[in-house]
Amino acid sequence: MSNTAIKVDKISKAYLIGLKDEMHENLGNAILSWLKYPFSNYKRLRKLNTFKNNQESDDLFWALRDVSFEVKHGEVLGIIGANGAGKSTLLKILARITEPTFGRAEVYGRVASLLEVGTGFNLELTGRENVYLNGTILGMTKKEIDRKFDEIIDFSGVEKFIDTQAKKYSNGMRIRLAFAIAASIDTEIMIIDEVLSIGDAEFQRKSIAKMESLARDGRTVLFVSHNLSAVKAICSRAIHLYNGKLAREGDVDKIISAYLSQYSKDHTVQKWNLESAPSNEFIKLIKAELKHQSENGEPLKSGDPFEFEFILYNLQTTEHVLDIVFQLKDELDNLVFVGSSLDDNYEKVKEGYIKWVCKVPANIMNQGSYSLNKFYLIKDKTTVIYEHRNILSFEIMYAFDMRIGDIGRKEGIIKPKLHWEMCVLEEVES
Amino acid sequence: MNTVSSVPHFIIQPQKKWKLIDFKELYKHKDLLYFFVLRDVTVLYKQTVFGLIWAIMNPVFSMVVFSFIFGNLANIPSDGIPYPIFSFSAVLPWTYFSQAMNGATNSLLSSTSIFTKVYFPRIIIPLTPIVSKLADFFIAFVILIIMMLFYNIVPNINIIFLPFLILLMVLSAAGIGMWLSSLAIQYRDVRFAVGLLTTLLMYAAPVVFPASLVQQKFGDVLYYLYGIYPMVGVIEGFRASLLGFREMPWGLILIGTVSSTILFISGTYHFRKTEKIFADVA
Repeated sequence: MSNTAIKVDKISKAYLIGLKDEMHENLGNAILSWLKYPFSNYKRLRKLNTFKNNQESDDLFWALRDVSFEVKHGEVLGIIGANGAGKSTLLKILARITEPTFGRAEVYGRVASLLEVGTGFNLELTGRENVYLNGTILGMTKKEIDRKFDEIIDFSGVEKFIDTQAKKYSNGMRIRLAFAIAASIDTEIMIIDEVLSIGDAEFQRKSIAKMESLARDGRTVLFVSHNLSAVKAICSRAIHLYNGKLAREGDVDKIISAYLSQYSKDHTVQKWNLESAPSNEFIKLIKAELKHQSENGEPLKSGDPFEFEFILYNLQTTEHVLDIVFQLKDELDNLVFVGSSLDDNYEKVKEGYIKWVCKVPANIMNQGSYSLNKFYLIKDKTTVIYEHRNILSFEIMYAFDMRIGDIGRKEGIIKPKLHWEMCVLEEVES
Repeated sequence: MNTVSSVPHFIIQPQKKWKLIDFKELYKHKDLLYFFVLRDVTVLYKQTVFGLIWAIMNPVFSMVVFSFIFGNLANIPSDGIPYPIFSFSAVLPWTYFSQAMNGATNSLLSSTSIFTKVYFPRIIIPLTPIVSKLADFFIAFVILIIMMLFYNIVPNINIIFLPFLILLMVLSAAGIGMWLSSLAIQYRDVRFAVGLLTTLLMYAAPVVFPASLVQQKFGDVLYYLYGIYPMVGVIEGFRASLLGFREMPWGLILIGTVSSTILFISGTYHFRKTEKIFADVA
């Protein structure tokens, strides 16, 4: 017996984008343009028939391009890549939700896809009715659900409310029930997308543990996540998608570190030599770098301290106070904070190389993508003498700590570790 | 561990061929259809004061209005049957047909959040209202029985054809449902047009008048052409088999069976042909 669970062979998926007059969301327009342009329509239709793999057209967006890989039975494969790299499209194709434009995939075994938890939940129905509805949507039969019902209710912890309408549940209860149903599925192949990104820390810990037990049971799992730490913990192998193409595949540690080093190479340092440096009559910018302490190229994680290093060559022969100012923004363009060297240093400087190091203490930053969106120099607290946009950008990864279940982004722009004290004032004897 | 033969195996690739219903796969997902139908039936009358009475209210109200306007004021002939039961025996299958048609049209649109996340035979989605609206039909059927008792109408032997007529009614609704649901997901206009279509089809069907009127006024050829609209055969068949006031209109029923079969098969083909883009256009 062949040991292959999934064999993906040159899968491509194209979406038609733009060119509004060729897409008719509206029957009236469609009929009208059909009447007006039978000829162009004919050409367009004929073009669709002779759709070639190598066709480069402006109105086509290739979400996936010639992706091939194989998954063995019992293997847990992580799929990583930036937003828009094609991860979700790949899962949707393998889950048979959408069809590939070209290529083929063979799947051996029953497949369950968990692209979200609680698909089809109806708030008017009771918890019990929802278990059956959601379970059958996920591909179980009534008999299977009957058999697992107690286990599901047990795992969800909502047994008291099982005959209550789901609209009276709290959000957390709904998620727990939905996850319990999903967790009870035991098909040979499971396709899982970002299920972990919802719920509280307790829920996330539970779901990671569940995924690990799936992996131990010899289930074949395809797992897409932004949570690299979780991918590392669960998967044995990984593929890295980049702009719809398969960039790398192999051992999970290797792929993740390659993925991260690509990130860091691209954005966390900028260096110039004296000739090519961006400059004006006041200064030449030599280097801007994000530095952090970590063993063997580990990524920067939420909670780690890090520092920015700026080196510039000052061309001014007279002494001035130079203030280095930067804005740190997150991916949603929120201003996280403004750093200013004047906060700590008033020393006057004159011509020569100068290095500034700005230390960001530990336990402040949240997980996410950040950029030093604005970087500028102010002379003598009054005049802006230099400005540089988007000088650095970097990623802060999840800190993965099974002990406290702290694996995700917390709400809020920053994630400070606060100091807490507790003392028992009075204990009641029981 | 499973042996090779018992491992389900499938191939994912662009589908070029047209295909009809995969009954084996549909059977595997029969529980899903069951729970979808159960959901529709349970949720529909939740948090209403009258509950199931609403299932009766609609056809009864139509019957009262029709009896007054068409039976009393306009004096439309009713093949010698008391007008209230004449119209109710038509309103009953018609109400099912229009509700199932409307339900199917909106079915895909209202379940995008489900079928963009999970795979199952998509055809289950429009089939759900086709099945679930039968609940209302059978509830309202009780009223018909009560009316027959009231008017002292005893059905003759033709009553044995009723199950076939119900099947034909379901097939017609399914056929048009297949077409409209798959068109509506791509062209949202259909959702609005279907309201118009419902009114149009209602007056086109022999609900407020007998089909015999068409025969008298337009002759035999048009009468049988009229039968292409499958609800003509269904409604006239209902009257014949339940009320026994006329011969079974076999001609109309036969033509209707053929046309609704064509409608269903073509609708299913269209549905299956376009289903691969549902997730992309939703």
